[in-house]
Amino acid sequence: MNKPLPRWRRNLLSFSAMIGFFLLWELICRALGVSELVLPVPSQIAAVLIDKMPVLWPHTQQTLMTTLIGFFLGVFIGLLIGVIIGSSRVAYDIAYPLLVGFSSIPKVAVVPIFVVWFGSGTIPAILTSMVIGIFPVVVNVATGLATTEPELEDVLRVLGAKKRDILWNVGLPRTLPYLFASLKIALTSAFIGTVLAETVASNKGIGNVMMIASGNFDVPLVFAGLFILAALGVALYSVSALVESRFTSWTQRGKGSEAA
Amino acid sequence: MTDTSSTSANRPMIELSDVTVRYGGNVVALDNTTLRIDKGDFVALVGPSGCGKSTILKLVAGLLEPTAGAAIVGGREVGAIGSHAKRLGLAFQNPTMLPWLSILDNVMIPLKIVEPFRQDYRRKRKGEFRERAEALLEQVGLAGFGNKRPWQLSGGMLQRASLCRALVHEPDILLLDEPFGALDQFTREELWDTMQDLWINRRPTVLLVTHDLRESAYLANRICVMSSRPGRIIEDQRVTFARPRTLESSYQADFTSLVQSLRMSIADARAPSSAQNTEPRPSLEEVSA
Repeated sequence: MNKPLPRWRRNLLSFSAMIGFFLLWELICRALGVSELVLPVPSQIAAVLIDKMPVLWPHTQQTLMTTLIGFFLGVFIGLLIGVIIGSSRVAYDIAYPLLVGFSSIPKVAVVPIFVVWFGSGTIPAILTSMVIGIFPVVVNVATGLATTEPELEDVLRVLGAKKRDILWNVGLPRTLPYLFASLKIALTSAFIGTVLAETVASNKGIGNVMMIASGNFDVPLVFAGLFILAALGVALYSVSALVESRFTSWTQRGKGSEAA
Repeated sequence: MTDTSSTSANRPMIELSDVTVRYGGNVVALDNTTLRIDKGDFVALVGPSGCGKSTILKLVAGLLEPTAGAAIVGGREVGAIGSHAKRLGLAFQNPTMLPWLSILDNVMIPLKIVEPFRQDYRRKRKGEFRERAEALLEQVGLAGFGNKRPWQLSGGMLQRASLCRALVHEPDILLLDEPFGALDQFTREELWDTMQDLWINRRPTVLLVTHDLRESAYLANRICVMSSRPGRIIEDQRVTFARPRTLESSYQADFTSLVQSLRMSIADARAPSSAQNTEPRPSLEEVSA
């Protein structure tokens, strides 16, 4: 194996890779004379972004809020279901096939149902992102709880701890790494759910903007929307990675301190 | 503090009467066993592997319920509601530290769970409880390691921390399931002394399960030898060596002859089962030291 590079060099390299990607894009498009109706160049997209930002900003906020609300609802419900089916073998066996069934429904298919129930707008978008986020959380939390070493639980059981004490002091902390792994997945998929619902049935949000722009053949605006989505996605992912490293530092041993 | 034992001062701390434990219907782990342990005594359970030593310990800890017979700990039937009237401390062969907590927080776990400490936990965990845990760590030679994470400590250190956790809530009964079994000879002997000091200072009732006969003779006041499965107690012996016992004393003639006689009893206990058993078993190497 190669030796890992120092942190600043890694950051520098990935940053230059990003710049290089856009440069290459720009150069190839200009060299081949690609029409802006097919693939606009990055500089043009950036210009559109700056130019249209006052219009785009409320939609960005809308998409972000919808995603976050859907995500938190999904995590809350997922955590609840995960704890229930993770702490009981019977519940696990009964509920698992049902969950697999629900999760294998393509989420595009539920949007029309939500529209029928709640009308087009923000609520179907929130519900779609929530529904997508639930499953990974449930599976990971249930797995984490179900695989907790009985010895760790015995430590508390002999002290006369109640089930709730054990869940709170052993089960849940032990499950945190699993939970955070699922949060990253849930967050990115909640984002997909939002944009999906916005494109199908909404009059607000980046998804909607892109839909309308493509209808008007305003391809640079479509790409501007895509850039905003990418930026939001990266930002959300970084936040969840940061929170994760704060709460589950114990799984990343050997960093900053050596063994005694 | 209200103490239910005041009415039954002469009752043993641990009372197993004709206890039978069956696993999964067929396997008899423990057969009609009777064992009484007085308050403040130090009893070692020895015997061939699979003889039900750990089953007795789990029974006393309340992790198991007897199939037949009665197990009474601190005057109450185990498994009954509120059976934890007497405080228990437990240390396993595996230190089972929670990896997400510091050593100090691990040691303080019982204070977070057991009454009456748990009521004060939020208030005192930064002050009084912390000092108590740190004092214990110092007593076992782990001063200054409280803020380390479990994976930063060696096996022997973790086992010391595990002993601290078993003792921090001042249990009436200390249950030790081969606590030094996974350690090297030197560390083990060091920890015997640590254990002896802790017992002399605090006098909890101790039940030690071990397969190391020297260990049992070094630490215990009383040694119970068990037969192979189904387990029964076939020999019950007092150990009268003066305390504190030292490593030097453990090489004297009377000590060696005690270990020797224990070894013979276990060899006898194994005989019937090894006759049925076609595959040869290794001899008890651990007593040859």
